[in-house]
Amino acid sequence: MTDVTFRVFRGAGTQGGFEEYTVQLSEGMVVLDAVLDIQASQAGDLAVRWNCKAGKCGSCSAEVNGKPRLMCMTRMNTLPLDQPVTIEPMRSFPLIKDLVTDVKRNFEINKRVRPFKPKPRQADGTHRMMQYDIDRIQEFHKCIECFLCQDVCHVMRDHQKPDFIGPRFLIRLAALVMHPLDTENRLTELKDAFGIGYCNITKCCTEVCPENIKITDNAIIPLKERVAGNFYDPLAWLWRKARGKRPDTRPGTE
Amino acid sequence: MNHETIEHDVIIIGAGGAGLRAAIEASGKGASVGVVCKSLLGKAHTAMAEGGMAAALTTADPRDNWEMHFRDTIRGGKMLNNWRMVKIFTQEAPDRVNELEEWGALFDRTDDGRILQRNFGGHQYARLAHVGDRTGLEMLRTLQNHGIHQGIEVYMECTVVDLLMDGGKAAGAFAYWRDSGTFVQFRAKAVVLATGGLGKCYTITSNSWECTGDGQALAYRAGAELIDMEFVQFHPTGMVWPPSVRGLLVTEGVRGEGGVLRDKDGKRFMFDYIPEMFAGEYAETEEEAKRWRPGVPEGPDARRPPDLLTRDVVARAIRAEVRAGRGSPHGGAYLDIASQASEAQIKKKLPGMYHQFMQLASLDITKEYMEVGPTSHYVMGGVRVDPETCSTSVPGLFAAGEVAGGLHGANRLGGNSLTDLMVFGRRAGAGAAEYAGALSAMPGVNPDQVRDIERLALAPFEESGTENPYEVMQDLQKMMEHDSGIVRAKEELADGLGKLRTLKERSVKVRVEGNRQYNPGWHYALDLHNLIMVSEAITLSALHRDESRGGHTREDFPESSPELEKVNTVVRNRDGEMAWEHVTREPLPGDLQELLSHPHLEEPN
Ligand SMILES: Cc1cc2nc3c(=O)[nH]c(=O)nc-3n(C[C@H](O)[C@H](O)[C@H](O)COP(=O)(O)OP(=O)(O)OC[C@H]3O[C@@H](n4cnc5c(N)ncnc54)[C@H](O)[C@@H]3O)c2cc1C
Ligand code: SF4
Ligand code: SF4
Ligand code: FES
Repeated sequence: MTDVTFRVFRGAGTQGGFEEYTVQLSEGMVVLDAVLDIQASQAGDLAVRWNCKAGKCGSCSAEVNGKPRLMCMTRMNTLPLDQPVTIEPMRSFPLIKDLVTDVKRNFEINKRVRPFKPKPRQADGTHRMMQYDIDRIQEFHKCIECFLCQDVCHVMRDHQKPDFIGPRFLIRLAALVMHPLDTENRLTELKDAFGIGYCNITKCCTEVCPENIKITDNAIIPLKERVAGNFYDPLAWLWRKARGKRPDTRPGTE
Repeated sequence: MNHETIEHDVIIIGAGGAGLRAAIEASGKGASVGVVCKSLLGKAHTAMAEGGMAAALTTADPRDNWEMHFRDTIRGGKMLNNWRMVKIFTQEAPDRVNELEEWGALFDRTDDGRILQRNFGGHQYARLAHVGDRTGLEMLRTLQNHGIHQGIEVYMECTVVDLLMDGGKAAGAFAYWRDSGTFVQFRAKAVVLATGGLGKCYTITSNSWECTGDGQALAYRAGAELIDMEFVQFHPTGMVWPPSVRGLLVTEGVRGEGGVLRDKDGKRFMFDYIPEMFAGEYAETEEEAKRWRPGVPEGPDARRPPDLLTRDVVARAIRAEVRAGRGSPHGGAYLDIASQASEAQIKKKLPGMYHQFMQLASLDITKEYMEVGPTSHYVMGGVRVDPETCSTSVPGLFAAGEVAGGLHGANRLGGNSLTDLMVFGRRAGAGAAEYAGALSAMPGVNPDQVRDIERLALAPFEESGTENPYEVMQDLQKMMEHDSGIVRAKEELADGLGKLRTLKERSVKVRVEGNRQYNPGWHYALDLHNLIMVSEAITLSALHRDESRGGHTREDFPESSPELEKVNTVVRNRDGEMAWEHVTREPLPGDLQELLSHPHLEEPN
């Protein structure tokens, strides 16, 4: 089997550089396999986050050959192997060590989102929701919090706009706003406190999402429309809530 | 030495489903609560659960009720379950599902807008509330987003090395921050263990690096009892190819949605493996099995296919087929959903599986067969707890979720774990808060104990070490796979215990490179102590159960023993040695006993 060279970023805080390692390729190998192999036999203290090794937990985000990806879902046979494979930590988060970055900021943002507040249950004790009314929200709930979208969003990278909550949390807001049971009006804070206006729909977030969530088309743009509508016509929001049914949450055809 | 000290009424170790549910409950009862976890919040193993959570909601099949769920759980557990736990569990299960919905979870819906339920192995009726094949993620995210507003403090990427003890009482936990490598002590009146499983004892596993049996080992060292440790569940359908994904789970939901198992010639072999206990309840011919449809209540002429038998049975069947030379090219069996459901159905109900095979094995499950084989998946045994409060035999120490034992007996039914986390997570949180509320003062910390823990934790940095922690771990996993795995025998188990002594000696001689900051080698070095301890508990318990039952299969004792049916194995630390005993279980009261012989296909009324 062939040998492959990896250039892996090693360092802590603000210091560091690339180190080269050679790993023997095996069938079906993903980038994370190579990193764990290096860890087990060449660099026992190489820091990396991972859990599921199946694209389900969003722990192993990094930049592979300059592209933000999940290492456990990047097959070696999709990369050019005649040149070294470069692995670096996500760029927009502060470095802790090697491939591990400090992503606490995202957890802080999440706390700013007010909790879900459902309407009362029906007389028979159930909540009734139609599958077609929740398909879209289930798409948003697929988010594995890999934070790759937060990593690539230029508004997040530009630290002049600390209010902006970023694409991951805009889809969380979208999931709440479109939730058939939620009774909170969240549109005012989307505009004021969460800075949705800063997003200029570059779609970089959608491009990197490993869950293929259409972050911009299905979440941010509809939210922007609602924010605009609400701003001009607060009654429209009440009306939608009172009807309790929102045909515009049905899956689109993009 | 002075360490950073953090105080709470209740400290919860683990942020999976059980830990977060416990935290929400304890905080709701007015306790100050801290949650400690090894990974980031939201990454616990619970996020990987796929198929669903079991509860007799009766939205998919009106014939269901808690009694039927009780019956299925005990029969699936091959009678070894603690019936008090099962009763609480099956009765409270529907409330716990509805509660998640109340907190924002969105389960798949029935046509009239209620929660949809799916079929799963060993469950008589469609019983699993689910979200496609990512139910665990929905559960964990819901708890996380609800929990952050309940005044709970979360300490992420912080690994507990040992419990702090005040005399015989729990007094907190000693841990280190992974990002800096520095120590921190959590002082608390009550401690809840919610640390999950121990799949990393084995080479082939569906579990992540986190599942190293920490909670079971912490409890054991603190003097608590472990029960049923011989019962490890090997899930019948792990991926077998390519090597990079060996062991990765293929959800039972594939069979719940109609998938069938085939040998190398395409023959459906499960008809040949229906155990006596379940005779008459499963389809006996392929023609009959074809009449059964997922989502449609079965009739007497269309019993469920034997591919949906309990996991222990299916895992052994696949192993037997492979041994007989009828396996797939890479030593598994074929799992076929392609011929059983349309491409659209597969992509809607099993999107994660579609994606997983496409991306990691370049295989299109809507067109081709998957190759699957057994993978170590879940431990039925664990810390012995009181069914009402989840307290252990150590005052102030509680346990819930996979780390606890008793509910599942000798074999867990799919979907019963996620519900377990909610039912007993809640009870453990309440139990701990109540216990803490009754204590007037914070328990003391014993400086000698702290010094000892610290010395042991730092030993791997000493120059004198010679062993590589990764190698010791691999050797342990190989030993467990071979000597204490899916099929066992006396000689190998005894041999395994001997090898464990050697591994123990090696584990104290490990040497790690680098410094204390975010050092996975150091982490593995400390995990080794826990892995070896739980491996010993599994092997010792297995050696002394001279029968085959549920997850425990003995080549030298292939039958179940009516005598051993009455007892559970309990393991504890006696003067530094691991001691075992068989304890007689409280028998089922008459009315519950009757449920077990309940006719299985009664008409709805
Ligand atoms: C792939 C897969 C699919 C599954 N699918 C299903 C399903 O469909 N239905 C079902 O019912 N069950 C399923 N299961 C089983 C179920 O997911 C687990 O049993 C369950 O999630 C365990 O939850 P828990 O809360 O007990 O622990 P976990 O979710 O494993 O969480 C353990 C927590 O403890 C922390 N921890 C551990 N040790 C320490 C320490 N020393 N210091 C600090 N923190 C520590 C970890 O960081 C983590 O936060 C599945 C399991 C797997 C592996
Ligand atoms: S579309 Fe908006 S949120 Fe997404 S990356 Fe661009 S600016 Fe950021
Ligand atoms: S939206 Fe997609 S890219 Fe962003 S955190 Fe979630 S899964 Fe990752
Ligand atoms: S390890 Fe879970 S997403 Fe890669």
